[in-house]
Amino acid sequence: MSAARIVRVSGALAEATGAAGASLYELVKVGKRGLLGEVIRITGDRITIQIYEDTTGLRVGESVALTGAALTVTLGPGLLGSVVDGVGRPLPHIAEQSGDFIQPGIAADTLDAVRRWRFTPAVRIGDPVAAGNVIGTVPERPGIEHRIMVSPTMSGRIASISAGEFTIRDTIGTLEDGTPLHLAEPWPVRQPRPAEARVPAERPFITGQRIFDFLFPVAEGGSVAVPGGFGTGKTVIEQSLAKFAEADIVVYIGCGERGNEMAEVLNEFPRLLDPHTGRSIMDRSVLVVNTSNMPVAAREASVYLGVTVAEYYRDMGYRVAVMADSLSRWGEALREIAARLQEMPGEEGYPTYLGNRLAKFYERAGRIRALGKPERFGSLTLISAVSPPGGDFSEPVTQASLRVAGALWALDASLAHQRQFPAVDWETSYSLHGGVTSRWFASHVGADWPELRRATLELLQQERDLREIAGLIGPDALQDPDRLLLESARLLRETVLGQSAYDPHDAHSPVEKTYRLASLARAAYQVGLKSLQRGVPFERLDLAPVSRALGLVRRAPPAEVDARAAEAETAIRALETVEAGP
Amino acid sequence: MTTVPRTYNGAESAAGPLIYLRHTPNVAVGEWVAIEHAGTPARRGQVIDAGNEITVVQVLEETIGLSPAAARVTLTGDVASVIVGRELLGRTFNGMGQPLDGLPAPIGDALRPIWAPPLNPVRRARPADFIETGVSAIDGMNTLVRGQKLPVFSGPGLPALDLAADIVEGARAPHGEPFAVVFAGIGITARETQAFLERFQRSGAAERAVLYLNEARDPTIERLLAPRVALAQAEFLAFEAGMQVLVVIADMAHYCEALREIATAREEIPGRRGYPGYMYTDLASIYERAGIIVGRPGSVTQIPIITMPDDDISHPIPDLTGYITEGQIVLSRELHRRGVFPPVDVLPSLSRLMNAGIGGGKTVPEHREWSDQIYAVYARGREARLMAAIVGEAGLAESDRRALAFAQTFEDEFVGQTGRRTLGETIQTGWRLLETLPREDLGRLSDATWQQRERGLASAPTHHAPRTE
Repeated sequence: MSAARIVRVSGALAEATGAAGASLYELVKVGKRGLLGEVIRITGDRITIQIYEDTTGLRVGESVALTGAALTVTLGPGLLGSVVDGVGRPLPHIAEQSGDFIQPGIAADTLDAVRRWRFTPAVRIGDPVAAGNVIGTVPERPGIEHRIMVSPTMSGRIASISAGEFTIRDTIGTLEDGTPLHLAEPWPVRQPRPAEARVPAERPFITGQRIFDFLFPVAEGGSVAVPGGFGTGKTVIEQSLAKFAEADIVVYIGCGERGNEMAEVLNEFPRLLDPHTGRSIMDRSVLVVNTSNMPVAAREASVYLGVTVAEYYRDMGYRVAVMADSLSRWGEALREIAARLQEMPGEEGYPTYLGNRLAKFYERAGRIRALGKPERFGSLTLISAVSPPGGDFSEPVTQASLRVAGALWALDASLAHQRQFPAVDWETSYSLHGGVTSRWFASHVGADWPELRRATLELLQQERDLREIAGLIGPDALQDPDRLLLESARLLRETVLGQSAYDPHDAHSPVEKTYRLASLARAAYQVGLKSLQRGVPFERLDLAPVSRALGLVRRAPPAEVDARAAEAETAIRALETVEAGP
Repeated sequence: MTTVPRTYNGAESAAGPLIYLRHTPNVAVGEWVAIEHAGTPARRGQVIDAGNEITVVQVLEETIGLSPAAARVTLTGDVASVIVGRELLGRTFNGMGQPLDGLPAPIGDALRPIWAPPLNPVRRARPADFIETGVSAIDGMNTLVRGQKLPVFSGPGLPALDLAADIVEGARAPHGEPFAVVFAGIGITARETQAFLERFQRSGAAERAVLYLNEARDPTIERLLAPRVALAQAEFLAFEAGMQVLVVIADMAHYCEALREIATAREEIPGRRGYPGYMYTDLASIYERAGIIVGRPGSVTQIPIITMPDDDISHPIPDLTGYITEGQIVLSRELHRRGVFPPVDVLPSLSRLMNAGIGGGKTVPEHREWSDQIYAVYARGREARLMAAIVGEAGLAESDRRALAFAQTFEDEFVGQTGRRTLGETIQTGWRLLETLPREDLGRLSDATWQQRERGLASAPTHHAPRTE
């Protein structure tokens, strides 16, 4: 027990003296109520602490207890389905202890220490085990087998191991050197979990959102920045991905966002079914919730906590997706703490290490071969929302994200005003994963997928150029092929790229349906062009029935997609047979 | 955190709204401070930086004439708190909760901290109940939902307060539940206060309202307190007295300026346009106090008003607000010039919680389709208006000309209104305008909705909000 005493409190920061022996990023308990904090600066025996809880009422002279450990999260069975704050305390437990409002100084373990898990060993006495080896399994949630791994810091020979029902605190076995084995292990959140090797991506991260899968696909293990001003639909996108993306595990980090939105997530997720497995999506989800009015230092920690949990499941060999909403709020927390430390500010008041910290965070995404045996490949795909002030992408958090992210899904306010959702600006968005994803789509969905994608992007580009001209001379003054192009692009935008997050059958689009719709829209344009070449005037080409038919394909339940697509083909063929003359 | 009060004779120094104290053991951050000075009533302040060597106190009242050496400073041992209760309904206070109406200070039901702890997200109930405001542009196109925070983005000279007063007078709880209004006037002019109060008294709304007024001439720093004092009262009425509470805060721009003033006085590193880097967090601690709690009957709904400097929606104040609130109602100078009231620009306006509050059993089953369709034609009409300015109306396509005419009528007859409209009237007005267009222009409406409409079935609201006044 140290004799450290508080000498200053300002916002989320406190300073204490008499703290000899403290180390950087060591966890401390501050004051009579034991507020959680972290040492972020040491000068002699004087330490500066960032406190994860509200400091109102904290007094000069109160004591500070060093814990000797860094901020850790306990990794083990029971994480799935849980809702924790930025430092890993389950919010339902906090509510049990402090009521509807969060009072500072509440201790609550991340994992349930009482619950028993059925452990089945996969190793025998005498087996050598190395770091990361799977020593057994626990059925955590329906369909999710929790693989218990030897800690990355351990190796040896199994001296004892037993099957049975255990809590996370029980010893399930020992190594020959006497090291006990447990179902759970603590891990410092700021330290990435090690892997055997990074391996190249092999397949796309399928989002179920047409514009992303088709135009800007990201590979499994990739990272995406999703910047957009307010009202452009970032949160709806993040939530749609959390619900429908093809992933084994989803970690959703609500970092400095709205309380009512989190209430919606908490209300909706347990009732929704994963379209791929038919099970509740809560079974595959971990929610880290630190809303904008919760303490700012815990917001800073929340993204690390979330990504550490994700790495843990990645190491078991799962495909994990992390949705972080939003990294700008994390950056602001960093800025707020830096300002209180009176650090020299960089651009727009952000600390100069903003770019570095962001890069390190983004780099925790990736596809890996896990440590130990049996051989396991896991991936961590990171989708980060960014909230640029005034929708201006030149600001530091967006720019620092773009330097490291593998794809940009840029959201645009004017598209949102036109109610074009997802409001993704196809001109500025890009993906650096085109190669690997195109090969996969070509071999798994349709051989002409890459060509279809190229032609679609080209059509959109031509449309933008033409609209500028049309804005000057009026659309009626354009040539017939140009007018057809404008109408076809509108058809494409409205029926293929646009997607309703609220329609039961449109909210999630399997890649086959995406491919179907894109092919139909393309066919309509090509058939129309042919008719124009035959001398049919543009006025006689009625695209409205095609548009309606494609709309029906879009909203069709899976069993009816074929029938609706056949009707759309009929509508397209009708364009072929239009008479040239009256 | 109560401890004994400690009094110090003489402060170390003073600058603007801040005074600095030396050697203050046991001082707590957030501690409430009384500053006495010969010949003046005690001023109040709050510790914002607690230190063994130097403690910084933010004085919440005017500091003119304050001499640090001659001041007697008492650390009270308590955090800032305020009296709340049912009996405050019908009364008027200043930004710190002291009576302005000549009546004695209330005894109240409870003493509450002004800086409240955050609501646990798992205890939040999802807002889903429609509030009928009587304003078509809101009820029809950007529906307000109980527990929502929906700001009005206004510009200098636009009638945001009139709209707020209309909403306050016209708002009906869906099932006639007990209903109250808490108004926080922050840095508004005496004229605005007067106009607002008169309307309240005339309509009888004053009896179910509590007013906290910090006028332009009142101390700047008190502005940091006023919205929180108002919200402490609102939370009591909602979560303990079980009332549906509508909180109107005007004007958050003045609040943000006070925040900037303090930050500058503390020589903090400024963020965008001189506003402090933590303004997002600070604003969130106000706006996030809207909501509903699982298992409690009441609700807090917020309508903050923000005057955007130079009508600039990308200015840090509306920008950060928009990131926290669940949508925004944007006022248009052009509509105002044309005499349309309320001058709501429907295109950039948005209610994020609308979907949860509309549809069968709440408003009308076809509400979403109906409003999407109106929005689509109106957006097209506005685009056509821009194009017509270049190529002339004659150069427009036929359907664009129709959309253009629709946009004009929509602004005059749907957005513009003279009295309160029920939801049924709003929906009818919308249908009447849509019916002027041929079916082919109405691609967002399903055949079923259109036919139902023609048979006159669709538009009957599924419930009528009772009048509670």
